[in-house]
Amino acid sequence: MKHRTFFWFFLPTALAMMLFIALPIVSVVTQSLHTAHDQVIIEVENCGPFGCEKETSVDTAATESLRREQPLGKWVGTDIYFDRGHLATSEVADAWTKSQSMDEFLSTIINLPFYRAMSFTLTYTFVVTPMLIILGFMIAVSVNALNQRLKGLVIFFSLLPMIVTPLIGSLILFWMIDSRGVIGSALQWLAGDPDLSLKASTGLTWIMLMVYGVWHAAPFAFVVFYAGLQTLPQDTLESAMIDGATRWQRIRFVVIPHIMPLVTFVALIQLMDNFRVFEPIIGFNAEAHATSLSWIIYNDLGGETRLLSSAAATSVLTIIGVAILLSPVLVRTWRDFNRKA
Amino acid sequence: MASAAEKQPTGLRFFLYGFVILWLILAAFPFLWTLWGSFKVELDFFSKADWTNALSGARTVAEYGTAFTGTGYEGAWVQEEFWKAAINTAIVCFFVVCTSLTIGTLGGYALSRSGFRYTFWLLILALIFRALPPTTLVSGYLLPFFEWNLWGILPTTIIVLVAINQPFTLWMLHSFFQKIPKDLDESAMVDGCTRFQAFRHVIIPVMWPGVITTGLFSFLLAYNDFAVTAMLLSKENQTMVPKIASFLGTTQTEGNVMFAVASVVSATAPLFVLVMIFQRQIVSGLTAGAVKG
Repeated sequence: MKHRTFFWFFLPTALAMMLFIALPIVSVVTQSLHTAHDQVIIEVENCGPFGCEKETSVDTAATESLRREQPLGKWVGTDIYFDRGHLATSEVADAWTKSQSMDEFLSTIINLPFYRAMSFTLTYTFVVTPMLIILGFMIAVSVNALNQRLKGLVIFFSLLPMIVTPLIGSLILFWMIDSRGVIGSALQWLAGDPDLSLKASTGLTWIMLMVYGVWHAAPFAFVVFYAGLQTLPQDTLESAMIDGATRWQRIRFVVIPHIMPLVTFVALIQLMDNFRVFEPIIGFNAEAHATSLSWIIYNDLGGETRLLSSAAATSVLTIIGVAILLSPVLVRTWRDFNRKA
Repeated sequence: MASAAEKQPTGLRFFLYGFVILWLILAAFPFLWTLWGSFKVELDFFSKADWTNALSGARTVAEYGTAFTGTGYEGAWVQEEFWKAAINTAIVCFFVVCTSLTIGTLGGYALSRSGFRYTFWLLILALIFRALPPTTLVSGYLLPFFEWNLWGILPTTIIVLVAINQPFTLWMLHSFFQKIPKDLDESAMVDGCTRFQAFRHVIIPVMWPGVITTGLFSFLLAYNDFAVTAMLLSKENQTMVPKIASFLGTTQTEGNVMFAVASVVSATAPLFVLVMIFQRQIVSGLTAGAVKG
């Protein structure tokens, strides 16, 4: 295809991505280096019968016009990145020098918003991803071993948790685990503790969110692995059996190596997807116990005052995080492409 | 025809059936439970006294005379005007799917037929864009949209969702077009067609399976989006998902949780139908990327 033809074919989609993905990234970076203007303060001298008094007041009109002229705000460089709401370098350094033990240091750090969000996001990402791969694999192997007529039904119901809107899916589970809901009451009965509430404790909230994460994403792993199992070479499997391999050994040495590329694929996709965990936190109303980077951005942008610069700085930090997680995928794609070329 | 390698002893067979059935219950039960409960009053759905009330609807019978009541749905759809949100969602989904498929097929076709090095870099760039959480982009949109008075209206959201959708659409359609033999359109061009005519008369008639699969995923993205629609739409223009989220803030205090339950069920129903009709396409779409790589 000639360059010219390619250009015209590709123009509409390139334009859409340029204007609404590439430029916004530039805009986010710029915004993160600015902050809202301070209010303009004027000093007025009030002279009365008992002498003159100086009063300071906010010049609303001047503030307004300043804000209108420079909507970005004033330049602050990378200050926002290092303030308390983000990397909090001075607080971290302070905690490092003052803390007596590692535990004390960590407990101080974990109360800073950014590190609190990071600790949940990373725990979530690295717990949920392996769990969903294991569960998905188990379902795939079981379904594959069973009646083929069952397969349509299982796939149909398995797709539901994945397809359904994350916010809606988490709400459905949230209502069930409510202390008055069906799972909540069942747990209270099992634990023999009528006051047990999953929402009240940080640990239980984290577990709840992770269970949701596995429930939501395991079907994806299941479907991909199931498709992979259909291409399993029967000859290898049978020769392994003739050689005396047990059922478990056949899975371990034939099935797993065969679908290993798919495991890598699912793991890479899910690492990126889990890193942006956001809707479950809203759905489970869990922000008191668990926050994520995406949630911080949402929280900054919503509400009465839109903290654009703060949200932008968190966005840039999130993009950096995604880039780190993405790098293995890029290396893989690069290798694939060179192999084909 | 089961080969010897697939035969299992009875014990294992029972275990496997048990495991699959357990998973089926885990996957399906929450939906069935919520569907059933959405026709009850709040005191039944959240029953402190006795969990079987949620099944039998004891309070619902006491209040309305029957075990099923549509008050949750009435409250959500009529009183809280959920129908407006449903219409908005329909508009957004329709235009997002149409636009992103139109520009996506052109772009994906071009990527699959051009052998130059830059197609690879474009695909890599698309992959990076695909990985970005939409929330991170939102703070970049807000200021310009406020300045130019574009905030809060449906067309802006539609274009933003189309753009966010493009990277994925390009990847799907690119790999799909690569499976269509190049000879097909090249022979048309030997016969004197221009590139566009070859695309129009030769490729378009055979591309529908791939386009339908991609369209399904575009639809799901638009339908399920929360981050973009919640931040970019004004209250009057909200689609279903942010509307449900806003129910949580206001109605929970008024004791109208059942409105939210009813609207959650209403918003799940179309997805249910979608999975039923397009199960094969969804599965093939999910596995397309994996089997290729």
